[in-house]
Amino acid sequence: MADLSINFAGIRSPNPFWLASAPPTDKEYNVRRALEAGWGGVVWKTLGEDPPVVNVSSRYGATRYNGQRMAGLNNIELITDRPLAVNLAEIKAVKKDYPDRAIIVSIMVPCVEESWKRILPLVEATGADGIELNFGCPHGMSERNMGSAVGQVPEYVEMVTRWCKQYTRMPVIVKLTPNITNILNPARAALRGGADAVSLINTIQSVVGVDLDAMAPMPVVDGRGTHGGYCGPAVKPIALRMLGEIARTPDTSVLPISGIGGISNWRDVAEFLVMGATSLQVCTAAMHYGFRIVEDMIDGLSNWMDEKGFETIADVTGRAVPNFVNWNQLNLKFRTLAAIDQEACIKCGLCHIACEDTSHQAISKTLLNGERHYEVIDEECVGCNLCAHVCPVDDCITMVPQPVEGVQTWNEHPNNPMRKIPAKAG
Amino acid sequence: MDQTPNIAANRLPPDMLARNFSDAHPPLTAGQATIESDRCYFCYDAPCIEACPTGIDIPGFIKKISTGNIPGSARTILESNIFGGACARVCPTEILCEGKCVRNTQEDRPIQIGALQRHATDWQMRTGKQPFSRAPLTGKRIAVVGAGPAGLACAHRLAMQGHDVVVFDARARAGGLNEYGIAAYKLADEFAQKEVAFVLSIGGITIETGMLLGRDMTLTSLRADYDAVFLGIGHAGVRALGIAGEYFPGVHNAVEFIEELRTSPTKSDVAVGRRVVVIGGGNTAIDAAVQAKRLGAEEVTLVYRRAAENMSATTVEQEWAQTNDVTIRYWSAPVRIDGTEHGVASVTFARGLAKDGRAVYDQGNYTLEADMVLKAVGQLFLPDPLAEDDIVIEAGRIRVDAEGRTSMKGVYAGGDCTAGEDLTVAAVRDGRNAAEAITAALMKAGN
Ligand SMILES: Cc1cc2nc3c(=O)[nH]c(=O)nc-3n(C[C@H](O)[C@H](O)[C@H](O)COP(=O)(O)OP(=O)(O)OC[C@H]3O[C@@H](n4cnc5c(N)ncnc54)[C@H](O)[C@@H]3O)c2cc1C
Ligand SMILES: Cc1cc2nc3c(=O)[nH]c(=O)nc-3n(C[C@H](O)[C@H](O)[C@H](O)COP(=O)(O)O)c2cc1C
Ligand code: SF4
Ligand code: SF4
Ligand code: SF4
Repeated sequence: MADLSINFAGIRSPNPFWLASAPPTDKEYNVRRALEAGWGGVVWKTLGEDPPVVNVSSRYGATRYNGQRMAGLNNIELITDRPLAVNLAEIKAVKKDYPDRAIIVSIMVPCVEESWKRILPLVEATGADGIELNFGCPHGMSERNMGSAVGQVPEYVEMVTRWCKQYTRMPVIVKLTPNITNILNPARAALRGGADAVSLINTIQSVVGVDLDAMAPMPVVDGRGTHGGYCGPAVKPIALRMLGEIARTPDTSVLPISGIGGISNWRDVAEFLVMGATSLQVCTAAMHYGFRIVEDMIDGLSNWMDEKGFETIADVTGRAVPNFVNWNQLNLKFRTLAAIDQEACIKCGLCHIACEDTSHQAISKTLLNGERHYEVIDEECVGCNLCAHVCPVDDCITMVPQPVEGVQTWNEHPNNPMRKIPAKAG
Repeated sequence: MDQTPNIAANRLPPDMLARNFSDAHPPLTAGQATIESDRCYFCYDAPCIEACPTGIDIPGFIKKISTGNIPGSARTILESNIFGGACARVCPTEILCEGKCVRNTQEDRPIQIGALQRHATDWQMRTGKQPFSRAPLTGKRIAVVGAGPAGLACAHRLAMQGHDVVVFDARARAGGLNEYGIAAYKLADEFAQKEVAFVLSIGGITIETGMLLGRDMTLTSLRADYDAVFLGIGHAGVRALGIAGEYFPGVHNAVEFIEELRTSPTKSDVAVGRRVVVIGGGNTAIDAAVQAKRLGAEEVTLVYRRAAENMSATTVEQEWAQTNDVTIRYWSAPVRIDGTEHGVASVTFARGLAKDGRAVYDQGNYTLEADMVLKAVGQLFLPDPLAEDDIVIEAGRIRVDAEGRTSMKGVYAGGDCTAGEDLTVAAVRDGRNAAEAITAALMKAGN
C-alpha cells in the first residue's frame, strides 16, 4: 500500500489531507471529530487580536446548478469570533492528544510588527506545528487593512513574512489570495520574506446571487448583502491554474505548496498533487458532507497510487508540471477527431445542435432505417471537444488522436508575425 | 342493473370505497418535480415530442419546470393540448412520449413526462384561469357535435381564434368519455368536470346538452345554420360476443358498467358480482376488471383470446390489473354463457394456441363460475345519427382527410368516430387540427 505520509516544510502529517482554516476548524469540538475521522491535520480557523470580531447572521450563499447543491459556496464570515485565549487553550489540548497530526494555526493581525511579535510566542506555546498567514480573506477583514488587502501588496507580504520568520521558529506557510492578476508576485514576495511554503487559493471575491424579492445580494442580512468569498467545486479550475503557475516557474518552484480550492474527492486530490501540491486543504466539501469524506480520499488516493506504481506522495507531486506549458508551446500539427460510439448513443441530438449552432457543423443528423442517427463529418471536425462534453453518455463520444507528422508550434508558425526565424549561419 | 344476492352494491364500507376510487397516482411534490425535471437532457428535436400525438414541446416545458417558470411551462403544454391535465393522467405514456425518451436506452428509466405535465397543468388549474384569450371576433358560428375531448378541443381552438361555437351533446354532462368512460381513479376528484369548466372559461362556447344528432338535429340542418360543423361523436356501439347466453341477467357491457360507476359520486350504489368474469383485452377490459375488484368483488378474472403481447392494453396496464389482484387468463375464447332467468352462472372457454401464426382453439374447454360477466370486446362506431345524411363511412368510421375534412363540404370530424388510435390525446389533436383547418378555410374564403 502506498505511503501517504508527508513532511511538508518540516511539518509531519500521516496523510496529506488537512482541513482548511474555516468553520470546520473553529473549535476543539470540531477538530477532535475531524482528527477522529482520519484527517491528517487541520489549519485552525484564523486567530486575531482581542476583542474578537463579530459575525453577521446569515453568512453563506451557494450556487446550485441543475440540482447540484453547493457547486460553489460564498461566505461573508470573518476570522474566529472567539477570544484568543480560548482558542489557544483548545489548540494546546488538541495537540497534546494528537501528537502525530499536523496542527497549524492560521493568523491574521494588523500589519504592524508589534502585533505579530505579540501573538507568535503565544501560538508557539501551544505546541502547534506551524503557522499559516491569512493574507487572503477577501471581505470584512480587508476593509480593515488585513487579509487580502495585505495579500494584494507584495511588499506587505514580504514584510510580514519576514517578521514571522524573525519571531518564531515554527514553519511559516503564506496563504495566497487569488484576488490579484499575477499569482507569482505575492508568491515571490513570500519567498523573499523567507516563507517555508505557500498555500492557495483562498476565496475569490464574489456576489453569489441576488435575491429578487429582497432586491439585495445574497446572503441577505436584514435587507442588504455584501460581496463575499467564493469557494467549492466551482473554483477548482482557478486554483489548479494558480498552483501550476507557481510550481512550473523556476524561482517559485522551490516552495512547497498546500493546494486548496474545491477539493472534494481523491481525484481532485490527485490532480492537485500532480500540479505541484504536497498537502491538500479542504473546506467546502467537508461543510457539505461532514468529515467522513476523508475515508474515500485516503483509500481512493492510495488505490490510485498503487495502480500507477507510486509509492510516496513525493513520487506524485509535480508529475504533470513539465507538461503544463504556455499556449505557444503546443503542437499545432496535432489533431483529434470526435468519434461517436453508435451502440452507446441514445440519440438525444445534443452533440448535433451544439456543433451545428455554435461550432463547426461537423455532426450530421439523418434518419437511418427510420432511426435518428448522428455522425461526425471528419472533414469538418476541428477536434474542439464540445460534443464530447455535452454528450450525456459517458465515453460515448471519444476524441481520437490522429497520426502526427512532426511538431510545429506558434513560435515557428508562418502566420506568426513575431516568429523566430532561425539565424542563418555565416 | 339487475339485482341478485350475488350482485350487490355496498360490498365495501364508504371510506374504503372512497380510498379505492381516489387518485391512483398522486401528484409529484414540488421537490420531486424539480429533481425529475433536472433529469431531462433537453434533447434537440426530441424523440418524445414526436411520440406525443399533440406534439407538446416536452423538453421546453420540462426545462421551465426546472427553472421555476411554472406558468410558462403550463402555457407550453396547453398551447398544444388544452386537455394537458387529463392527458397527463390518462395517456398510456409508456407507449407514447415516455416510451421514446432517450433515458430508456441509457438507464431504462424514462423521464416521468406525464407526472411533470400534471405538475405544471395542476398549477394552472389552481389559478382558476386559463392562459389564453380570444382573438378579435370573426362573426363566424361553428357547430360542434359531441362534447368529448375531440369536440371540446376543437371548440376551444375555434373560440380562441375568434369564432363563436355551439357544442351539442346527447348526454346531460359535457366531457365525453373523460366524464363517463375513463377509470375513476385516473381522473379523481371530479377532475373531468373541472377541466371542462377550465376549457370553457375562454368564452364564446355554448354547450347544449340533451341534443342528439339524428333526432334533435341533422347534419344538413346544422350545415345550413352554421359556417362549419365538427363531428366528435365518439362511438356509441359495443361489439357483441356472438355466443349463447349473452343476454342472461348479470351479463353487461363493460362500458355501461363503467359509466354507471363514473356517474355515481360515492360508488356505494354500484352493484358488482362476487365472482366477475371480464372478457376482452383492451384498456376497457382492464378498467372494468380493476374497478370491479375495487368495488369489492371477491374474484375477478380477465379472460383474453390470445397472448399477453397481443393485448391492446399495455404491459403497464396489465401489471396494474395484476397488482389489483385481477387474474388474467390468456388464450381462451368464450364459447357459451350458462345461467337461468335469475342470472348468469358460468362462462365456458375454449383453450387455444398459435398454430402457423393462427390462433386455434382446440385444446379443450374449461368453465369459470361467475355471477357477473362484463363484455369488453371493442366499441363500435354507429353511423345511425348520420343515416339521413350523405357522408362517407369507411371501415366503420367517418372518412376524413389529413385536415379532418369529411366527404361533406364544411363538415369536419375527429376523435374516436374517425380512423386511428382511440386515445384521449389523439382526439384532442384531431379537434385542434380540424379547428385550424376550419379557420384557414373560413378565412381564405374571405367572407
Ligand atoms: C372504458 C374506457 C377507458 C378508456 N381509457 C382511456 C385511457 O386511459 N387513456 C386514453 O388515452 N384513452 C382512453 N379511452 C379512450 C378515450 O376515452 C377516447 O379515445 C376519447 O374519449 C375519444 O374522444 P372523442 O371526443 O372522440 O369521443 P368521446 O369521448 O366518446 O365523446 C363523444 C361525445 O359525443 C357525444 N355523442 C355521441 N353521439 C352523439 C350524437 N349522435 N349526438 C350528440 N352527441 C353525441 C357523446 O355523448 C360524447 O359526449 C378509454 C375509453 C374507454 C371506453
Ligand atoms: C465559511 C468560510 C470561512 C472561511 N474562513 C477562513 C478563515 O478564517 N481563514 C482562512 O484562511 N480561510 C478561510 N476560508 C477559506 C478556506 O480556508 C479555503 O481557502 C477556501 O474555502 C477554499 O477551499 P474549498 O474550496 O475547499 O472550500 C473560509 C471559507 C469559508 C467557506
Ligand atoms: S446550519 Fe442552519 S441551523 Fe445550523 S446554524 Fe446555520 S442556519 Fe442555523
Ligand atoms: S450527444 Fe451523445 S448520445 Fe446524444 S446524440 Fe450525440 S453522441 Fe448520441
Ligand atoms: S427524450 Fe427524455 S430526456 Fe430527451 S427531452 Fe424528451 S423527456 Fe427529456
